Amino acid sequence: MLIKELTEVPGIAGREGQVRELIKEQLKGQDLALSGDAMGNFYARWEGGQTPLLMLASHMDEVGFMVMGYDNSGLIKFAPVGGIDLRVVPGKKVYLGDEKTPGVIGVKPIHMQKKAEQNRPFSRQDLLIDIGASSENEARKKVNIGDQITFSTTTEFISERVMKGKAFDDRAGCAAIIEILKSRPPVKLCGAFTVQEEVGLRGAGVAASNVGPALALVLEGTTASDVPESPPHRYSTTMGEGPALTIMDRSFLANQKLNQRVMELAEREGIKYQLRRTSIGGTDSGPIHLREEGIPTIGLSLPCRYIHSPASLLNMDDLQNMIDLVKTILQDIAEGGFPIGTTY
Amino acid sequence: MDLKSFIERISNSPGISGCEQEVAGEITMAWEQIADEVRRDNLGNVIALKKGKNSHKPPLMLAAHQDEIGFLVRDIDKDGFISLDPIGGIDPRLLPGQEIKIWGREETLGVVGARPPHLQKPQDREKAIPLEKIFVDCGLKKEELEKKIRIGDAVTFHQKMGWLNENIGYGKALDDRAGVAALHQVLLELKDRTTPLDVAVVATVQEEVGIRGAITSSFALNPDLGLAVDVAFASRPGLEKEMTLNSNGGPGLEIGPHMHPGVLEKLKEVAGEKEIPIQLIGVPHPGGTDTYVMQMNRCGMATGLLSIPLANMHSPVEVIDIRDVRRTGRLMASFCLQADVEFVEGLKCL
Amino acid sequence: MEQLIKKLTEAYGPSGREEQIREVIREEISDLADEIRVDYLGNLIALKKGTASGKKKPIMLAAHMDEIGLMITHIEEKGFLRFTGVGGIAPSRLTGARMILPSGRKGLIYHEPLKDSSKLTLEKMYLDIGVETEEEAREFVTIGDIAVADEPFIVLGNRFLAKALDDRIGCAILILVLQQMEKTSRDLYFVFTSQEEVGLRGARTSAFGIDPGLGLAVDVTMAGDTPEVKKMDVKLGAGAAIKVKDSSLITSPLIRDKMIEIAENEKIPYQLEVLPRGGTDAGGISLTREGVLAGCVSIPCRYVHSPGEMVDRRDVEGAVKLLEKMLQQDLEFPG
Repeated sequence: MLIKELTEVPGIAGREGQVRELIKEQLKGQDLALSGDAMGNFYARWEGGQTPLLMLASHMDEVGFMVMGYDNSGLIKFAPVGGIDLRVVPGKKVYLGDEKTPGVIGVKPIHMQKKAEQNRPFSRQDLLIDIGASSENEARKKVNIGDQITFSTTTEFISERVMKGKAFDDRAGCAAIIEILKSRPPVKLCGAFTVQEEVGLRGAGVAASNVGPALALVLEGTTASDVPESPPHRYSTTMGEGPALTIMDRSFLANQKLNQRVMELAEREGIKYQLRRTSIGGTDSGPIHLREEGIPTIGLSLPCRYIHSPASLLNMDDLQNMIDLVKTILQDIAEGGFPIGTTY
Repeated sequence: MDLKSFIERISNSPGISGCEQEVAGEITMAWEQIADEVRRDNLGNVIALKKGKNSHKPPLMLAAHQDEIGFLVRDIDKDGFISLDPIGGIDPRLLPGQEIKIWGREETLGVVGARPPHLQKPQDREKAIPLEKIFVDCGLKKEELEKKIRIGDAVTFHQKMGWLNENIGYGKALDDRAGVAALHQVLLELKDRTTPLDVAVVATVQEEVGIRGAITSSFALNPDLGLAVDVAFASRPGLEKEMTLNSNGGPGLEIGPHMHPGVLEKLKEVAGEKEIPIQLIGVPHPGGTDTYVMQMNRCGMATGLLSIPLANMHSPVEVIDIRDVRRTGRLMASFCLQADVEFVEGLKCL
Repeated sequence: MEQLIKKLTEAYGPSGREEQIREVIREEISDLADEIRVDYLGNLIALKKGTASGKKKPIMLAAHMDEIGLMITHIEEKGFLRFTGVGGIAPSRLTGARMILPSGRKGLIYHEPLKDSSKLTLEKMYLDIGVETEEEAREFVTIGDIAVADEPFIVLGNRFLAKALDDRIGCAILILVLQQMEKTSRDLYFVFTSQEEVGLRGARTSAFGIDPGLGLAVDVTMAGDTPEVKKMDVKLGAGAAIKVKDSSLITSPLIRDKMIEIAENEKIPYQLEVLPRGGTDAGGISLTREGVLAGCVSIPCRYVHSPGEMVDRRDVEGAVKLLEKMLQQDLEFPG
């Protein structure tokens, strides 16, 4: 299953090579022009119609860690790459390096902790990774400073439609783009698989310059906050209610007229969707819509519970609805119904 | 100009972010002797060009920032005491008792004062003095002062570079004038050599206030490959070993999202060949240096970051080892001699 | 002047929703410019052609049209509206403020009961539009609508009090300059920018398109002349301020000194502004392409980013005069 393969591959910001290779494999022999840039963004271009050039963008990188150094006893010191709540880290299994050396994140046992210690979260210094090395020298042979570390979560269904895994943010978006490209849509389209989103939305602007699209659709993962003790007025999105259309985030204020048309199309086709109802976080839509003279941009996000953790949840119906909605938008563009040229 | 004289001159010269004219002048003068062409752009970046064999190709870009942290005069009160607005990240605890210079219509010396200890409650002395309570005293009445300075004038530490021994130097603004000195070393090394590609050596401006000069100079040069050199924390008690570099240990190669894997390999290879010691350091977040914006330039740039160990960062007594500066320059020069068209093309990820 | 400022400040136009204010401005300038266009981000761009049009890089003047607002994110069962800020808004300035929605429906902001009022956040506040149910509320509002302050423009002696003086006062100044502008040698672009309050966004893309040789922004700045406020040598009524620094721009000394020289020669009162925090379009313009020389004329303003902002007429008049004199001088600069 594509989403399983895509999410189980390691690929933190700046180390997206294996994700890129996997995507490349998927897209070979599909009449697509494949290319890449010096930053690591990957492009698949499809000439399926006489429309202006469109771009679908998703980021390949996931949140993870980096090897920083070694303890005398052969344990590995590490630091997060991207936004991770350190409270989800203790006691997890990880892979180190591109060779996927297995490791576990250990802490001082609860028996040895003072009462006061138990009330505060572990700090980065409390956490060390055990790779089974018995000395610093042995550890050095197995992993290098700067190597990537990712959770080694197995992606699988935990109920009929809900999947558990890491890196749905934003490999689910990558999966959606792959499927849409393979469906041979009736438009001129470039799939842009971007790098370094999790460390500052860094690859997407470069991708926008390389592609130069008339319209960009950014497919993202976002927080589903329909969980206990979260008041309804602070929900961002709800799992199972369809892809979420962005109105505003820290990096991007959506164009109402474009959003209006997306909502009309979803309602016309009976595709479930929701609005992303908070303004926190930034996405690739930010740098893309501000590139050069400005690029019309639409942000769609998949609600994921426990995003940026080793075990997040994704409802596959939401993914399917996102794919259907994007295909509907592309069809509308091919038919000339979509207001691409509109300003804010 | 030899490396030591160059670093002294530029360390002593004033140039807080946005007000780099003086130090830019010093750098321009020195580089005009050893580069093919030197210019300044709208923001004030100094760009020196060293012609290579393939001048029709985009140049290699080498960058280090010339601006230093400091202050602007924010307010002059009725008694002539001056309030400061910080430029760049400064620990206000370094300020009491510091000598400073205001670069106004006339250069004006001052000292940083604070309320006398015997007028404070004992518990106040347990607290750091915030910048709002810190003032500069130039020993002049407001009317006299206003003849010499005005709101918005630049303020730097009043510090002349010195040497603790033949290799260890201290001074202000070595973040990142040590990097600019490494670029000077590159130009010295390349003086009678020809590189495969043009090399554009850039002393960037306004790094400390948001990495600004590198944005516009990258746009203008449009390179496919760029290296930046900045300073990194030298090891000292209390700092995590993994986050620091050893003085006299050679340049740090910063591994992280802003270090292209192909560039890293090449740097390691060149260092091995030339027997230049290097230190590898993991940098989880790519922010805070010129590479941050260089990599995102136009259609993307392959970048690498070298760092020079420096102690007491953002203080008037920053400390470097000149051997690390020289090695950093030599490594970059050797890299430039080997980086040819084929190598640069190979850095595109496909 | 008062009529113009009244019209501009009372118009609706938060970031990303600038259509109404854009049409108000377009009407004011349609006879004055040689060309008018709107770009993707919604910037209104008016060109006044110069005699050396095309030979030298143009000058870009920028003032932002957008105002801060509150985006409705949730409608409660009983019809109370929850919101998030569009632009930097301090919650303490909102309690009791009257707001207006795009539908024209008005309402009042209040907060949940608090033990410690310093802990007030936007999440604890709501907009009461006088309805009883969610269903009833939906007649007047949809999720994503942006409410803005509902305050009339008034004159208090030399002072103007209104919402959105940040930066409709800048828009007014640009219009007044355009009204009186003789032909210059360089092309002049008068740009009424969008989305400044959320990150200088319109200025960036419009400057990229225009590729100016010089950018001049007109915006408000803080004033240091109210009780117990942080020391800053800027007062209402002491003249337009020439920006030295804010968090988006350190003005090139070339431009700063030229502005000072012109002000002194023309006997226009001025102040120098070192703003600890805050950015302006000049910052966005300056980092465009290869880098653009940029400066900013600031209008000292009290209570910035609250429903009632205050500026002084004399500073506004001074700013108009300073800009006119600068543009008439056919400034020479690289490019």
